[in-house]
Amino acid sequence: MITALLLFWPALAALLVLLIKGQGAKKVAFVAALVEFALSLFALSAFDTQSGALQHKLSLPWIESAGISFSIGMDGISLLMVLLTTFLVPLIILSSYKHEYKNPHVFYALVLFMQTGLIGVFVAMDAFLFYFMWEVALIPIYFIAAVWGGANRIRVTFKFFVYTIFGSLFMLAAFVYLYLQTPGTHSSDVNAFYQLTLSAESQSWIFWFLFIAFAIKMPVFPFHTWQPDTYTESPAQATMLLSGIMLKMGIYGVLRWLLPVVPYGVSQWDELVLVLAIIGIVYASIIAIRQRDLKRLVAYSSIAHVGLIAAGIFTLNEQGLQGGVIQMLSHGINVVGLFFIIDIIFSRTNTREITSLGGITQNAKMLSIFFMVLLLGSVGLPLTNGFVGEFLLLSGVFQYQAGFGAVAGLTIILAAVYMLRMFQGVMFGTKSEATENFTDLTFNEKAVLIPLVVMVFWIGLFPNTFLSISEPAVNTLLSIINR
Amino acid sequence: MTSIILLSVFGIVNLFAGFAKNKQVLLPLVLVFLAIVFGVNLLDWNNTQTYFSNMLTIDNYAVAFTGIMTLTTLLLLPFSQKYISNNDANLGEYYSLLLFALVGAVMMVGYENLIMLFIGVEIMSIAMYVLAGSDKTSLRSNEAALKYFLMGSFFTGIMLFGIVLIYAATGTFNITEISAAQASALSEGLPDSIFVMGILILVIGISFKISAAPFHFWAPDVYEGTPTLFTAFMSTVVKTAGVAAFYKLMVAAFAASYAAWFPTLVAITVLTLVIGNIGAVIQTSFKRMMAYSSISHAGYMLMALIAFNESSDTAILFYSAAYSSASIAAFGVLKLVQDQRRSHLYEAFNGLGKTNPLLAFTMTVSMLSLGGIPLTAGFFGKFFVFSAVLANPDMLWLVVLAVVLAAVGIYYYLRVVIAMYMQPAANYDTIRVNSFSSFTLIVLTVLTILLGIAPALVSELL
Repeated sequence: MITALLLFWPALAALLVLLIKGQGAKKVAFVAALVEFALSLFALSAFDTQSGALQHKLSLPWIESAGISFSIGMDGISLLMVLLTTFLVPLIILSSYKHEYKNPHVFYALVLFMQTGLIGVFVAMDAFLFYFMWEVALIPIYFIAAVWGGANRIRVTFKFFVYTIFGSLFMLAAFVYLYLQTPGTHSSDVNAFYQLTLSAESQSWIFWFLFIAFAIKMPVFPFHTWQPDTYTESPAQATMLLSGIMLKMGIYGVLRWLLPVVPYGVSQWDELVLVLAIIGIVYASIIAIRQRDLKRLVAYSSIAHVGLIAAGIFTLNEQGLQGGVIQMLSHGINVVGLFFIIDIIFSRTNTREITSLGGITQNAKMLSIFFMVLLLGSVGLPLTNGFVGEFLLLSGVFQYQAGFGAVAGLTIILAAVYMLRMFQGVMFGTKSEATENFTDLTFNEKAVLIPLVVMVFWIGLFPNTFLSISEPAVNTLLSIINR
Repeated sequence: MTSIILLSVFGIVNLFAGFAKNKQVLLPLVLVFLAIVFGVNLLDWNNTQTYFSNMLTIDNYAVAFTGIMTLTTLLLLPFSQKYISNNDANLGEYYSLLLFALVGAVMMVGYENLIMLFIGVEIMSIAMYVLAGSDKTSLRSNEAALKYFLMGSFFTGIMLFGIVLIYAATGTFNITEISAAQASALSEGLPDSIFVMGILILVIGISFKISAAPFHFWAPDVYEGTPTLFTAFMSTVVKTAGVAAFYKLMVAAFAASYAAWFPTLVAITVLTLVIGNIGAVIQTSFKRMMAYSSISHAGYMLMALIAFNESSDTAILFYSAAYSSASIAAFGVLKLVQDQRRSHLYEAFNGLGKTNPLLAFTMTVSMLSLGGIPLTAGFFGKFFVFSAVLANPDMLWLVVLAVVLAAVGIYYYLRVVIAMYMQPAANYDTIRVNSFSSFTLIVLTVLTILLGIAPALVSELL
């Protein structure tokens, strides 16, 4: 029941927000998102973290004759993703307080509506419900980015939308095929899919149908071309939603709907996927070094980080999978923080060019500290959240094949290069014209950054709080994969 | 059966009501008529009857499609209100012609005899030829009517030729007897070339009626020139009737010679999908885009047909319902915009999101539904079609092709959404919409979303 509440509350709140004209909408949206966070904490408190089974289950008939049910539930992985979503959405809403968007009621309603889609993706335990929610999350973010975005928004978001739909239609075709393979009157339940025994040949193409959909969403090289433009042209909040939460849909999709469903297909292609992911890591890192626009730089860094997560989960060992799960949380927190800091800088200086910034440390001590912490978290310094995830992921990749691990390990060095270069250019040095009258953080901005920084250290110092939640679920998953 | 008689009588009544001084009464009158027909039609549910010495069978299949077509017409007509103030428009005649076309459509989904199919097609087509040219002062409309009539009568002739060849081979027009005759012929191992020829020619004739490629060339010009109200009717009711008749023909009459016509139909389906979707991309006119889009949707319905299994009829029924409700809404908005801004290009929609949020929202939902995005009926339409086809795993390539083309579809459907919400308009004149049209648009939007959330309402009927 709590899962259904988590799923529908944001959508209901979105309808409510739609009725509120003017800037009051953001307050109502914020409160609604906080309520959602409280609900997810309640779900956590009632969750048995020792068990790898699905909990908080609810299953209602949807299209009864076709065996399609409205079936939701959470295991440890889902729960962590839900918590990440409910934790980030209020912060993202709060981070928008300084903006006066046109038609705020529509903007915030879309954000909340998207939250329903995101939660839905993470709790759906029926293939068609999953697909349904997958698209439900896409439509609001498309409109947020395309209506409130920058100068090139129309062309860029168009590409994004068509690209992702293209991928997900392949997923739909694969789901329909899998559904028709289930015995009896057919079922699209996740467990029915897990029990399928398919020929190697069909597993092989189903793998690609599903992988393309998830790889576009993450994005994995070479399916990433929509991402830098979309992140750059979207309004800050949309970029945070896309990078902080939405790309986790792709990784989560791999964990729930790809690895356990077609394990033999995975074993045929995992090496290629690792190669692609590792190419992506190095390629995106090198491009990130060359970027002058802050948003583009972080966008490329995101491709590199996601590449490592993809490499880790396709190693199919416990370190890789656990690392992937914890790194999803860390990446969500760091990237949202970084994009928020870029938004703060942009709103004060009207530029995101590294060359026209500089010397911000002199005016803004608090901002510098928060920026540094989030940046080091992203680089993966010990004691920060990034370290835990990258360590586990890299050890997973090393176990798979040492050579891959060595190349993937470059991510840490390259990340330090582009991140510190960015910090140096933006924060140190002499003040530029744009940063002359830079003011330090406001109360609202601190209210967003403090929880994020707390999480950076929490995950960095006590990763077991989170690892122990996902561990039973990851082991269950592994036993299904290795059946 | 009663619905055919009622529709004919109401059509004639409407014709005479057209003489009335006060044209305000005509619209409510015809809506009440259609509501009655819709209700009476439902009485035949689960009560299969054969009429006119085996000419017509009204079974659940016929009732379901009749219901959808009647409802489509009912929801389309509120957009005809502008004609009421126009003295040149012969509203009574338009309404009766639409009702007569509906009579033909009902015959096409309930025929038991090829002659009845032919008569149904003709009744429907002749009414449509007239309606295509109903905007007498417009050259485009005249051109549309002439093109439609010349091409249409030519292909009706071809259809008749096919029927005659089948008669020559089997000695009967009755579809059940045809089915039995070919079964016995096949058991004797006699591949009857006249019979196969007849099937293929008949297939070509019907393909023309549903604007399937390569017999689609008339469609973009005719759709563009025809007054928008009747374009909407053409692309929904006429298409639904055509596909329903097509499927019934293949199942009831030609199922045994599946191998003979299957490759041809696959080729037609692939061409229709490709030409419809690619053709729609390059259009600058929204109305022409909708013409190509309707070709592509004919392709998706044909996919369900060639799947040829027990879920085909449900897929076709659901797809028609989803496609009709979205199309009517899209054409309704187009008509309202076109009446005021005098253009059916994409640019005419610029800034609609600001000036008319309801119209823009309705249009967006329709476009998402036509594109097959979840939360709308179109998604389940595609879902049922793909499931039907994938029941035969060898047809996977067709689904892949359809998937790629559906992504292309998103491209052109989004263009109007972008125009409405993201392009600034030269002058923000609010489109005047009367409350009745608004109400109908809301009903259509709710219907589209309802079918997108609870598809079982339609999908469990057959």
